[in-house]
Amino acid sequence: MSFMPVILWSDALVFLLLAAGISCAWYVRQHEHLLLPWRRVAQNATAMVSLLVLSLFLLVGLLDTLHYRVLLPENNNGQKVYSPEVLSVFDKLLAPLRTHTEKTYSAPLAMTLYAKESISEANGLVSREYPRLRYGGAQLSDPQQRDGDVLKRGLSGALAGLLAGLLIALVGKRPLARRGWPVRPLLIAIPAIAAIIGTTASLAAAYHVLGTDKVGQDVLYLSLKSIRTGLIIGTVTTLVTLPLALLLGIAAGYLRGWVDDVIQYIYTVLSSIPSVLLIAAAVLMMQVTIDTHPQWFDTSASRADLRLVFLCLILGVTSWTGLCRLLRGETLKLREMEYIQAAQAFGVPSLRILTRHILPNVMHIVLISLVMDFSGLVLAEAVLSYVGVGVDPSMISFGTMINAARLEMGRDPVVWWALASAFGFMLALVLAANLFADAVRDAFDPRLNHSATAA
Amino acid sequence: MLAYLLRRILYAIPILIGVNLLTFALFFVVNTPDDMARMQLGIKRVTPDAIAKWEHQHGYDKPLLLNFSASGTGKISDTIFWQKSASMFVLDFGYSDDGRNIGREISTRMGPSLAIALPTFLIGLVVYVSFALLMTLFRGTALDITGVGLCVLLMSVSALFYIIGGQFVVSKLWHLVPISGYESNLGAVKFVVLPIFIGVIGSIGSSSRWYRTIFLEEIGKDYVRTARAKGLSEMAVLFRHVLKNAMIPILTGVVVVIPLLFLGSLLTESFFGIPGLGSYTIDAINAQDFSVVRAMVFLGSLLYIVGLILTDISYTIVDPRVRLQ
Repeated sequence: MSFMPVILWSDALVFLLLAAGISCAWYVRQHEHLLLPWRRVAQNATAMVSLLVLSLFLLVGLLDTLHYRVLLPENNNGQKVYSPEVLSVFDKLLAPLRTHTEKTYSAPLAMTLYAKESISEANGLVSREYPRLRYGGAQLSDPQQRDGDVLKRGLSGALAGLLAGLLIALVGKRPLARRGWPVRPLLIAIPAIAAIIGTTASLAAAYHVLGTDKVGQDVLYLSLKSIRTGLIIGTVTTLVTLPLALLLGIAAGYLRGWVDDVIQYIYTVLSSIPSVLLIAAAVLMMQVTIDTHPQWFDTSASRADLRLVFLCLILGVTSWTGLCRLLRGETLKLREMEYIQAAQAFGVPSLRILTRHILPNVMHIVLISLVMDFSGLVLAEAVLSYVGVGVDPSMISFGTMINAARLEMGRDPVVWWALASAFGFMLALVLAANLFADAVRDAFDPRLNHSATAA
Repeated sequence: MLAYLLRRILYAIPILIGVNLLTFALFFVVNTPDDMARMQLGIKRVTPDAIAKWEHQHGYDKPLLLNFSASGTGKISDTIFWQKSASMFVLDFGYSDDGRNIGREISTRMGPSLAIALPTFLIGLVVYVSFALLMTLFRGTALDITGVGLCVLLMSVSALFYIIGGQFVVSKLWHLVPISGYESNLGAVKFVVLPIFIGVIGSIGSSSRWYRTIFLEEIGKDYVRTARAKGLSEMAVLFRHVLKNAMIPILTGVVVVIPLLFLGSLLTESFFGIPGLGSYTIDAINAQDFSVVRAMVFLGSLLYIVGLILTDISYTIVDPRVRLQ
């Protein structure tokens, strides 16, 4: 084999989450009463357009999760040697973007570097000029042709994307309408998004669409790579939060007595520490452990990855208390309900009451809180990375991008593109997640009256 | 009331002990002082002598919990736990890595932190509640829908964007205020205006939406219908009835953060170069000065617990039905 598949810790957790998600979806599909609130979500136009955007982000994140190491041509006494660089399928798809690095900063769609350099010409003269880029717009001989070329490529890309999008939309129209999904917003959204992707793709073939950063890496590539980190922080954290909050919250509410006291004590202690400080303290300690045990990691990617997993763990341990308190309250309320008391009177064992009667009735709280927390975690990642307790500095994430680019705002002319793209991608992801979360909350919250939308 | 307060304060002690033990475990058991010394001195080329010297300098060369070589009370007091962790109960935070008294540092840095945090908090409260009331007054109309949409958009933007963007536009392009820095007394005004403004804008989305939800919940209740049936105007209903009754949920969320204002904001202070507790914490994190981080964790939870007690007291002030026993 010319490559070796690599499963990093975070990859394994993502696969675990994916399997859990698919089996949950399968279970819900079998049960009409569970499907009902999702139908309400599906009828919400904003939610479905956000879901479309989110699923594109998810696709990028998943492709970026399939990692491998390439076999190197030279071998060590007959033993195969694999490159220390861990790549993903997504890197392979975007190989030109990843490998086409310039010397340093260049503006979006530029053909020259950002700063002037001394160029010595053949006749011995030295002139100060903006040097041409190695890849950006290299197909053009005359810089004057750039605007026309950009326009041509952009339009053709947009047109191709639009046509493809329209095709998808027309094919999907009938099944969508049959399910009662909002057809018109999706018919507009799909071609629009396809056109944006088409334009970007056709321009990216010849230019750096969002410019390059300090070491000449393509900013579009960095932004797309950041998506996986953000998604992992937002989702893997729930793997820690969920069991803790569910188990302890329901146990405290149902068993009461000393169990309740102990659990309340634990979460009061944890929530009394301001979360940033607790996270900072825990991450600092994790850093010491990682730095004093370099022998644990075979590649730098696996070190950065373990740090990411630990960060998720720490975020999870510091953030389960809110959900736990909600679940405890709800369980306290539920256990006084007639049907639970009836079950107790019939002699149904506690464990069965918990799984059959209590758990299904608190699931809406769990779901709402999970989707609402996601966007907060994505935003928190950037802040933590700025504070210095976020992901590994070598890992591409929105936080590290912002961190690297924020000092360049002081330059003249301003290097704005790296910051702008990091914030732009983050806004798209978080906004879509927030809008989707709102729709999920509206559909699942029993307190809201579903017959009247506006009070 | 006094008995209740006393009980609450007594109840706070086990929580603080829990926090103390947690930080102790985090800082001294998960990683031994050896690990920390290695980290501080650089991983490679570090001799056992250098480690021992570092530990001695920082007072980490003692047993963790029990010192068997000492006599009498020294068995307990001549240990890392007693000197580094338990001493925080009497607000003795010890010395930072660069040899400064952390307690004194905290008391001088509280001022600048408050100069930003307090106005941000007060102005923010007024702005968010007014905006939420406006949306509630026009609920269901285009104004309300636009307002909620704006809130969702604003809360989807990273806090870093507000700070970096605000600094760039206001300070660099318009030259209205200095980019960063601080002066004591009145000279501080020009330095704190922008951080306060950005702080207020930064959480307008999430806060206004939260207040709006509270108001909408109140407005569906029976007493509101009664008030309307009496013929009161919508404004009177909103201000005289809904706002008053919404005070309990508002206070629950608001009072608890008041003591935490002392800690300042990590991001704002470090971007604007304010010499407050927030930037102190960030510097300590970057320099991996564990004793400062430990002190801030303890101080933070202490202030949080004070906030919880204040919340209970505030209930009795706004709602005569609440009696603390």
